[in-house]
Order: sequence, then structure tokens, then C-alpha cells
Amino acid sequence: MNKISVIIKREYVTRVRKKSFIIMTLLAPVLMAAIVILPTVLMMNQDGEFKKIAVIEDNSDLFKGVLKNTKDAEFVYLPNTKVEDLKKTFEKSGYYGILWISPELINTPNAIQLISRQQPPIGLLQNIEGSLEKEIERQKLLAYKIENLDEIMKTVNTNVSIQTIKIDSSGEVKETSTGIAMAVAYILGFLMYMLVFIFGSQVMRGVIEEKTSRVVEVIISSVKPIQLMMGKIVGIALVGLTQFLIWILLTMTIVTVLKSTILQKTDMTEISQNIPQNIMAGDQQVTGTTQTAAVSPKLAEFSKMFDNAMNQPWGLIIICFIFYFITGYLLYASVFAAIGSAVDNETETQQFMLPVTIPIILALMVAMGTMQNPESSLSFWCSMIPLTSPIVMMARIPFGVPYWQIAVSMILMLITFAAFVWMAAKVYRTGILMYGKKTSWKEMWKWLRYSG
Amino acid sequence: MALFVKSVALCVTKKILHRVAQGSTEYQRDFFYIYTSFEIIINYPPMALFEAKNVTKQYGNQLALDNVSISVPNQCIYGLLGPNGAGKTTLIRIINQITGPDSGELFLNGKKLMPDDVQLIGYLPEERGLYKKMKVGEQALYFAQLKGLTKAEAMKRLKYWFKKLEIIDWWGKKVEELSKGMQQKVQFVTTILHEPKLLIFDEPFTGFDPLNTKIIKDEILFLRERGATIIFSTHNMESVEELCDNITLIDKAKTILEGSVDEIRSKWAANEYDLVFDGDVKIEGNGHYNILKQQKDNNKSIIRLKTTSNISTNDILQTVMKSGSVISFNPALPSMNEIFIRVVEARN
Repeated sequence: MNKISVIIKREYVTRVRKKSFIIMTLLAPVLMAAIVILPTVLMMNQDGEFKKIAVIEDNSDLFKGVLKNTKDAEFVYLPNTKVEDLKKTFEKSGYYGILWISPELINTPNAIQLISRQQPPIGLLQNIEGSLEKEIERQKLLAYKIENLDEIMKTVNTNVSIQTIKIDSSGEVKETSTGIAMAVAYILGFLMYMLVFIFGSQVMRGVIEEKTSRVVEVIISSVKPIQLMMGKIVGIALVGLTQFLIWILLTMTIVTVLKSTILQKTDMTEISQNIPQNIMAGDQQVTGTTQTAAVSPKLAEFSKMFDNAMNQPWGLIIICFIFYFITGYLLYASVFAAIGSAVDNETETQQFMLPVTIPIILALMVAMGTMQNPESSLSFWCSMIPLTSPIVMMARIPFGVPYWQIAVSMILMLITFAAFVWMAAKVYRTGILMYGKKTSWKEMWKWLRYSG
Repeated sequence: MALFVKSVALCVTKKILHRVAQGSTEYQRDFFYIYTSFEIIINYPPMALFEAKNVTKQYGNQLALDNVSISVPNQCIYGLLGPNGAGKTTLIRIINQITGPDSGELFLNGKKLMPDDVQLIGYLPEERGLYKKMKVGEQALYFAQLKGLTKAEAMKRLKYWFKKLEIIDWWGKKVEELSKGMQQKVQFVTTILHEPKLLIFDEPFTGFDPLNTKIIKDEILFLRERGATIIFSTHNMESVEELCDNITLIDKAKTILEGSVDEIRSKWAANEYDLVFDGDVKIEGNGHYNILKQQKDNNKSIIRLKTTSNISTNDILQTVMKSGSVISFNPALPSMNEIFIRVVEARN
């Protein structure tokens, strides 16, 4: 046991001290935070600049007063001004640009121009287009001379937002959101895929390194091959967990720090301040909307999302995630170790990698399908078969899975995991001492049956 | 045998102890003498430090070892010889418990070889290597810890050996920066660091220049002096003559020759003698011996002759003395190289 810990320590320390590890560990959260923060920052910059825009219509006043001023744009209607005159001087007069509307606009969608020095922001264009489209629609409708048009328009204006309610076997009603369940399922399935695949292939590379540098025979004269194999697998798992932990912590820290310094005035801080109150009022939240009605609509939406997220069976998710991660990783990592032991260099791994990659990719694809249709029989069977169950079951759990299914899947997983580790150890033991021979699946099958 | 002696000794000791307990004082002094002598017998290491009995190993349908037995005396340098693919490496791996035999038994120090005994064995494989990206010192520490040494103890011994072999300056360097000879030295140190009772060297001198070869040879002899037993596998027959006390020659999975190097060489001498005369001397063969070759060297004549009857060496000398003044007369011992080739070729 002591020797295994020496091996685990070496596998862990040498990897964690590598420059590439340190750079990746520190850089990735910065990139992640940038992805989260950058759009907000960009949006803010747009918001921050106030724009005055001259509106000129050729010989008409069809759209006078249609364009409402917003908090970052003012529309100044200039009658009797020629575009040609203003073109040269608009900047000096303090205008951001000229909106030149032709009366043809009602029939010709592109009879309108925005002249400016810089590329105008998308938000501004959408605002102008939206306002004008509505006005044109209104004017076209007006031509039909319908009575009480304004009132009709008000009643016609609709907005649809489906409320999803899940009832479990005990009749307890929970408000859920398929969107949230999908997001959670997607993240869990993908995370599992990444973990198993990245660290599994790291194990394989480690085994190949030991084999090609011929260090392995020295080591297995001191420890049993299975000790070396398991030490490597566990050491690399710890490296992976360390990296993930640092990523999560660093990303969260960077995002929080940036948010609190750069985005002080935005809604995000408001929301985060309001969350505790919403949680306290959680019980009423589920049925009534009185609480949320008081706060702004944006906030209400957010707190609903938050409640939905909290309604996920987090305890179950975490337990299952840990279980499936450990068993799934060990299962695949031991197969990868066996493959690494059977070849002389990395290029030779191709033929063995394919049959191993197929179940993982298949699992990922089924997991994606699961999000569209969580109850399909394909999802069910793939969440039972141990090679695919870690990924597919994790994708199914947010949608609710009967406990007996989870139990069966876990038991199957445990049995298969033990069998795979046992077989991999046998192949590994023979493989690491074989050089210069092209290995085939048949050959590996033979190794399985060699005696100790 | 050793076990038998031990149990008899214990049995007798118990009887005497019983009498002492009954109070017969006259036995007490006798007991003391006898007991001490038994103690010597009990604690004295058995004649063979390592024994393999009837080891057979098969890979698929290929027989790697067929009923091979070796017995390595304590503090002996034991040569394990044989052509490529004869089964030497398999036997060495079985001794190291890297693989297990299909049948046969292994004994270390008279006791059955157990998994924990790897701590008593040091192994320098032919296919050896180090982690290229790891620093020399760290790596040596790692291997030492795998052999069960504590970090502090390993550090102390490593410092000693690194200084002795003059590689201490390389402690903080990465292995890939070292020359092959340097790497071999590091590897040699990691093999012997846990002071194993049984050392197994597979081609230990490859990659060394003559100077370093000598240093390592001296260290091997020094280790033997300090109580280690060494199994030594090589194709370099000169070093076998120089170092080995006993050998076993394996060919095609079978033992074909074994015994002490001197015995084997004189056995294979096959009635040949080397005669050296002062000056230019020529002799003719007669009914008792044939002349195999004659050559001149530095005003000396070297002649090899082979006896064909039961003539005694004195009679030969008396005959040849008439031809000139004899400087030396020796039985011609074949080199291990010759023996190796002759034995293996004879089988094919």
C-alpha cells in the first residue's frame, strides 16, 4: 500500500509541476472568465456612449415622432434639411449620424440609410428597424380602415411563455424548467465525457512513456504491475481533479471580481443582492407569484430560473456524478492503460483506440438525444450498459429517473468495472514487457489467459 | 539440507534445555558449548543463497524454460550465459517475480521466495531506462522508496554513492541531459542502494567506456566482499572469466552446462598443453602427442600439443626438454568464449 502511495505521489507531482500544466491551469480560467465577461463589457461600452442622430425625410413627414428617444440615443427630426448639406457638417454639429428616410420605404425595404463615421451598433439598428417596421405595419393596416384598430392591436399583441410543472409519484408538484434540466444534463454529460477521455488518454500516454523509455522493468521488479497501473491511474485522476477545482475556483473568483469592479451599475449586482430574499421566500415562490411581482420583471424571471435550478435533485446528482466519474474513469483508464502497454509507440494506438472511442462518442450522442427525449428506450438501455451509462445516466438524471434504474445501472457498472480492471491488469502485465511485436486483439486475448 | 540441520539442532537444544530445567547442573557447561556451536550452525547462511528447482515456463506454445535448475552459492558471482533467446531473461524475470513459473520452486536463503522478498533483490535489467524528464536525484529517491527505503535513509545512501561514483554534480540535472554512461551509473546506484542480498545484473557493462567498466567491476567485487551474491548475465565472455565463480549455460530453454568456471575450463582443456621454449625451437609429434600449432614470438617458440595416449606430463616434459630450454609448460585452458561456441554449436 505504501508503495502505491509513492507511485501516486510521483505521478501527481511530476505532472502538476510541468510548465504546461501550470500555464493551462492558470490560463483557462482567464479565458473562461473572458468569455463570460467580454460580451457584457462590450454591451456596456455600447450603452455608455450617447448618440444623437439627425433624422431627415425627403419631402414628407410620414415618420415624424415615430422614433422614440432611448437612454442612449436621441433622434432629432430635421425638416427642410438637405442630406447633401448635412453630410459634411453633421459631426461638427454634434450628431453621431444621419438617418435618411425616403418615403418609398413603405414599399421598398431598403430605401433608408444611416450615414455615420463609425460602424453603428447592432442595438441601435434593431431599435430603428423595429420602430419603423411597426409604424409601417400600422400605416398599412390603417389603409384598411378598420374600426377601433388601436384596441384590436392591443388585444392581438401576445407573448407566450410555457410554465412546466412536474408531478412526482407522491403527488408533490414542482415547477421545473426543461431548459434548466437540459442545461444541467448537457453540462454533466459533457463534463463526464471530457474527464474520462482526457485523463484516460493521459494514462495511456504515461504507460507508453514508461514502456518506451524502458523504465518499466526496473519498476516492476520492485512493485507489482497492478500497483504501478493503479498508482498511475489514481495519480492522474488526482491531477485532473486538482485542475478542475482550480479552474472552478479561479473562474468564479475572476468573474466575481470583474463583475463587482466593472459592472457595478448593472442589473447583475442587483440580482445577486436580491437572491437571498427570494430564497427566504422560496416556499411561496413555487405556487404564488405575489412575491416576484413586486420586483422588476427581469428579476422575477431570474429568481424563477434560480428556483428551477434549485428544484433539481442536487444531492442525487452529486452522488451519482461522483460514483459514475470514479467507476467510469477507472473502467476506461484501465482499458487505456492496457492499450498503452500493448503498443510500442503512440502511432500504433490507432487500431485499438477506435473500438474504445466508439462507445464514448456513442454515449455522448445518446446523451444529446436524451435531452430531446429523456424517456426514449435508447436512452434507457444506454444508461444501463456500463460502457455508456456514466455519460447517458448523468444526462438523464435531471429529468428524473426511477431509483431502481439507477440502482441496476450502478450494480452493472460495478461488476463491469471490476472485470475490466482485472482484465486490463492481466494484459498490462504481459504487454509492458513485450517489445517489437505488432500486437493484435487476438494477441491481447492470449495474454489474458497467461498464468501469473 | 540447511533446513534439516536446523531442525535437528533445534531438537537437540530443546532436549538439553529440558534437562537443565530439571536441575542437573553437570549438563550446564556442556549445554553452553553445544548450544553455541548449534547457534553457529543455525545462523550460518545456507550454502546456496538462491535456488531454482525444475523451473518450467511456457509462452503460448513456445517453451521458454524447460526444467531448469540453478543453485547460487552465497557470496558467489554466478554467470548466467546463453545465446540470444535462450531463456535467460525469462529466468531472471521469474527470479524477480515479474512473471511466475508454470511449475518449479524458488528458494531464497533456504526459504520459499515470497512477494516481499523483492526488497532483498536488486535487479539491473538489460532493457533499462529512466524517466527522461525527471531529475536525477528525485528519480533515484523514487526508486529507492519503491524498494522500501525511507526517504531520509535513501537520501543518506544516495549521497554516499553519488559521491563515490563522482556523479553528485548531476543530482539536479534532468536525465535527458546525461550521457548514456552517466545514466548507467545512476541506474547502477539505484540497483544496489537498498543493499540487497541478491543482485542480478543483466549486461551491466554495455554503454560504459573501459575506465567506467573497471570502476563498476571493482564495485561489483566490493559488493560481493560485503556479503552480496551476484547473478550476472552477459555475452562478454572475458568478463565471465574475470568475475564469475560459477556459471550455468542455457540454450533453447535447457541447461546444457553448469559448474565452476575453473572446473569447466580444465574439463574442456581436453589434454592440450602449451609449451614455451627460449629461442627458435621446433619439435615433432610422436605416438604420444600431436603438435597442434607452432609459432614464433619475440625470440620465443610457442607450441600447443595434444596428448593421444595416457602419457604423464613428466614424460612429455622429459621428451621435449631435449629439444631446447623450456620456459613454461601449462595445460591449455580454452577460453569461455571457445567453450560457449563449441557447446552451443555441438547442439545445433
